[in-house]
Amino acid sequence: MKIEIAGHDAFIVYFADETSAEVSALIQAAVNSLNTQMAELLIDLVPSYASLLVIYDINICDHFEAIKRLKLALSDLSTVDMALGELITLPVYYNIESGPDLPIIAEQANLTIEQVIDIHQQREYRVYAIGFAPGFAYLGEVDPRIAAPRLTTPRLKVPRGAVAIADRQTAVYPAPSPGGWNLIGLCPTRMFDPDKTPTMPVQVGDRVQFKSIDYDEFILLGGELGDEL
Amino acid sequence: MSFFTVKQPGLLTLIQDRGRYGAHNLGLTNGGPLDPFAFDWANRLLSNGINDTCLEVSFGGLTLESQVDSSIAITGAEVSCKINGQLIEQWQSHAIKKNNLLEFGYTTSGVRAYLSVSGGFKVPPSFGSSATVVREKVGGLRGDKLQAGDELPCTTGSTERYLSVAQADRPQYGNQAILRVVLGYQQQAFESLQKLKFFSSKYKVTDRSDRMGFRLEGNAIHTTMVGMLSEGICHGAIQIPADGQPIVLMNDRQTIGGYPKIGSVIPIDTAKLAQLQSGSSVQFEEISLEEAHNIHTFHQFRYQNSIPLNHKT
Repeated sequence: MKIEIAGHDAFIVYFADETSAEVSALIQAAVNSLNTQMAELLIDLVPSYASLLVIYDINICDHFEAIKRLKLALSDLSTVDMALGELITLPVYYNIESGPDLPIIAEQANLTIEQVIDIHQQREYRVYAIGFAPGFAYLGEVDPRIAAPRLTTPRLKVPRGAVAIADRQTAVYPAPSPGGWNLIGLCPTRMFDPDKTPTMPVQVGDRVQFKSIDYDEFILLGGELGDEL
Repeated sequence: MSFFTVKQPGLLTLIQDRGRYGAHNLGLTNGGPLDPFAFDWANRLLSNGINDTCLEVSFGGLTLESQVDSSIAITGAEVSCKINGQLIEQWQSHAIKKNNLLEFGYTTSGVRAYLSVSGGFKVPPSFGSSATVVREKVGGLRGDKLQAGDELPCTTGSTERYLSVAQADRPQYGNQAILRVVLGYQQQAFESLQKLKFFSSKYKVTDRSDRMGFRLEGNAIHTTMVGMLSEGICHGAIQIPADGQPIVLMNDRQTIGGYPKIGSVIPIDTAKLAQLQSGSSVQFEEISLEEAHNIHTFHQFRYQNSIPLNHKT
């Protein structure tokens, strides 16, 4: 574990050089520890793949105090629980219509489309980070066989709910946006809903499993097929 | 209901409070005024709360019609401002009456002006803040910049406000700035020669600068780093992409990103950067974290001790 300065009111803690389920669980334990031991000094925490950005309030403490409290809160992370975080199941309508990049991934991997869909559902993914856009959760890691590089030319519009793969990451687009990830299906669950509590069905440290549904279930759960993908 | 009607929205006018904090876990960025010091004075001149909602008027061009009797103040970038055709002075409070027209010209020095109204604009908060972040479609009205016909709710306020900022306390906006930097993040991946180059070169503010980040142009800086995991980005962080041209990340930045960063500019200086027009030049200066904290504390102290004058005649 290594602590570096990030800015005049922020430190960044690096837990490892690479990401893994263990590192993710350790970061989650650190978030919990900071939230219980130094909440009054904190403005924001940004957990990510292998690091945690800690932004503190320099109007109530200086960096000497902040780093002392930070080290203390990080000193006892012995109770790292690998099962920490909830297991959330997200339904996906996998189809060429909803996932136009399925054939390319299948071809590149020398698999059938059905196999690609099966492989995507076999793993339990971890929420490594949330960012890029409100509610965008980076999930890892997908089976190397279906890992696919980003598109050379990003799409101008990816629909809300698009389930996508980029390298060994997978995600569900929370809102329509431009995007360069490979689309394999559509998820009817809203990933970011400002009017709902909680706003997001997942948070960093949670685990996610995908479950195939058919078109009728997709529509029943509030899904919509866009005009074009 | 009391409100102001937007006759002309100007180039980029945004509803802003002090910003959205504690929502990075949802991927939401901060928003808030790019020049918080001018913003704070706008509220202080009307004895408002420090987090009361104002307008950030970038480049000017805004025209409002008042449907209320109250007081206003305009701080920040130099811009000609008129109430019913009469020029009014910036950095002081003014009475405004129902049916008065408040017109902004275009900024002549600096870029961001701030308009406050007594009691603040009454915009319902999203995720604890009224700050507009257009990229996220969050805050303000519809998560968007102002448009003609928008109504800005407020309350009836006293027209008897007579505060002004002393001349000596009013900032001067020029076409250059020193940006003080605390080294951090991947700074060890920049060799000393690269750092020397970074701190001794002048950089130009390009027109590809916005509320997310200010893109600079000058001597390219190179890092020994190849590939890194995305990580949390704090305000003021200086990202060095593959082309070596620094980007200073501002209020509407993405909360995580995967480019190497050499350190972060302190907020007093990002506020100065935000007031520079494209083509202006900046130079980075290295300071320690201890200096950064001293600068912050002295700045707060000076602000608290800058007593507004009474201009009642």
